[in-house]
Amino acid sequence: MIEIKDLHKSYKMGSNSLHVLKGINFSCEAGELVAIMGSSGSGKSTLLNILGMLDEADSGSYTLDGVPIKNLSETKAAQYRNKFLGFVFQSFNLINYKSALENVALPLYYQKVARKERQEKSLQYLERVGLKEWATHLPSELSGGQKQRVAIARAMAAEPKVLLADEPTGALDSKTSYEVMDLIQKINDEGNTILVVTHEPDIAEMCKRVIHLKDGVIVEDKQVEQVRAAQYVQ
Amino acid sequence: MFSRDTWKEIFETIQKNKLRTFLTGFTVAVGIFIFVTLFGMGNGLNNTFMEFFGNDATNIFRIYPSQTTIPYGGFKAKRQIEFKNEDIDEIVKEFAPLIDYTTPQIQRNATVTYGEESDNYNTRGVAPGMQFAEKNILMRGRFINTNDLKERAKFAVIGRMVQRDLFKGENPIGEYIDIGGSAFKVIGVFQDDGGDNEERYIYIPYTTRQLIEGNNDKIDQITLAFKESIGYSGAMRFQGKLDAFIRQQKIISPKDPRGIFIENVADNLKRNQQFANVLKIIISGIAFAVIISGIIGISNIMVFVVKERTKEIGIRKAMGATPGIITRTILLESVFITTLFGFVGMIAGIIVLNFIRGDELKDNYFITDPAINSGTAIFVTILLIICGTIAAYIPARRAARIKPIVALRDE
Repeated sequence: MIEIKDLHKSYKMGSNSLHVLKGINFSCEAGELVAIMGSSGSGKSTLLNILGMLDEADSGSYTLDGVPIKNLSETKAAQYRNKFLGFVFQSFNLINYKSALENVALPLYYQKVARKERQEKSLQYLERVGLKEWATHLPSELSGGQKQRVAIARAMAAEPKVLLADEPTGALDSKTSYEVMDLIQKINDEGNTILVVTHEPDIAEMCKRVIHLKDGVIVEDKQVEQVRAAQYVQ
Repeated sequence: MFSRDTWKEIFETIQKNKLRTFLTGFTVAVGIFIFVTLFGMGNGLNNTFMEFFGNDATNIFRIYPSQTTIPYGGFKAKRQIEFKNEDIDEIVKEFAPLIDYTTPQIQRNATVTYGEESDNYNTRGVAPGMQFAEKNILMRGRFINTNDLKERAKFAVIGRMVQRDLFKGENPIGEYIDIGGSAFKVIGVFQDDGGDNEERYIYIPYTTRQLIEGNNDKIDQITLAFKESIGYSGAMRFQGKLDAFIRQQKIISPKDPRGIFIENVADNLKRNQQFANVLKIIISGIAFAVIISGIIGISNIMVFVVKERTKEIGIRKAMGATPGIITRTILLESVFITTLFGFVGMIAGIIVLNFIRGDELKDNYFITDPAINSGTAIFVTILLIICGTIAAYIPARRAARIKPIVALRDE
């Protein structure tokens, strides 16, 4: 599903440049649930941004579902993001003047899905994250956990090949974090490929595979026994 | 591009960001409103000017007699100069190639009666040339002709307001009116662009007036139209020669500041037009400044609006919005708001201009019929919309180009 080879990325900071990714090799199959771990500054968010075509690599190759991702124009990148990827952010990134339903419908709008179908589909996904009754509420009227669930519904609504989650539980307390992870696990159970960036070991243990990043290289890549989040959720 | 979905999305955004919409729209509406009212007022001021000075023929000298102040040629000072019919003949004989037409004028106030209606009017004993000097347009009948002069006919040509007041809109042609005790047959009705007062005159043949007043040959004032082909400087030279000629004829000292006076309409008009032009330039300058500040206002608001939306744009891009879609949406939104509010401001301005017009404004502030040519108003509104669009386009394009990751980090 994802295949990256010898990925390099550095940021220019004034006169000196910061080498963030120093040759990443990584591949993942469909249906995997991968945690990308590392201390802050290890390059894990940069890696995810490159995977999500939000950022570009300096060198190396990246293939997503057999499509080489290279030298994309902004327009092409946007189309690929829309077709292939769903995003979940640490700070939710919902549009604050749109209701939960409208937020979920947004990627469908850019997929040019007809309005009525968009509404139905969005409501269906909101129901799956247990927020059907909150469809007309604005993000400001939702709790942190609810916001993240709306964000997950939004990411899933476009039916992406890969779901990318950047610290999805970073802004949540542990109880809410487990609820969100439970949701992510259930989505993975249905066969969706999910990459989760986190620095919390307990969240990483709820994935099926853990990758450790340190100073821009992968230092560890192991399959783990998945801890089900459901047991922590009443 | 203009799908229902796109518009629905735009309307939702506009509706849910009322303050932002209001700020943008308000800037546009106020800019247009100020422009329209200001420009309208300027036009009103200009109208007053034109009404004062611009509705008579411009190739005109008016020659007035008065008392001398210097003893000359055996005459004492304080001698009242009077014009007679033959004075005109002498002038015409002397300056024939320069003269278009002449007319004497004998002005008398008289009570004028028709049936039950009666009022005091200014009657003017004139020759046919008066019609051209005053630029009168005949609505009915005809003006006084040379035959009327010869026959000393008791004919009267009345102004539109006289017809309205005395005849109450009935056809007055062929009816008889009483002017100061003599019956006159109405042979024509005229209108004059110079306003209502100019339409309250009654013209009669000057020879008839002279007959009524004891068959004399005195005239109050001479109006002389020179050939327009002699030009402005030619007219100034002619004025000097004419002045010298009349002084010689009437034995008035060339140094006497009084005795006769020649009013040069062309000269007056030229000065007044210069003043009116300066006025127009000042008003246009102010209006231009208003438009410029309006454009700057819109640009600022647009930069602010796009800046405020940076994060939203990042989210939309992450959700698969292409830079093209982002730019287009922001532009359509801006065009929609500026168009809507631009025309609201324009219409409000026009309504205010219509509302404030009236005699009070005219009498106290010299503003007559403040109005803006609708073409100008629409042109400026569209200009502001276009400028607003360009002003929005630059930050919109920049926002659409920033990497989503940078936009998402924006707080």
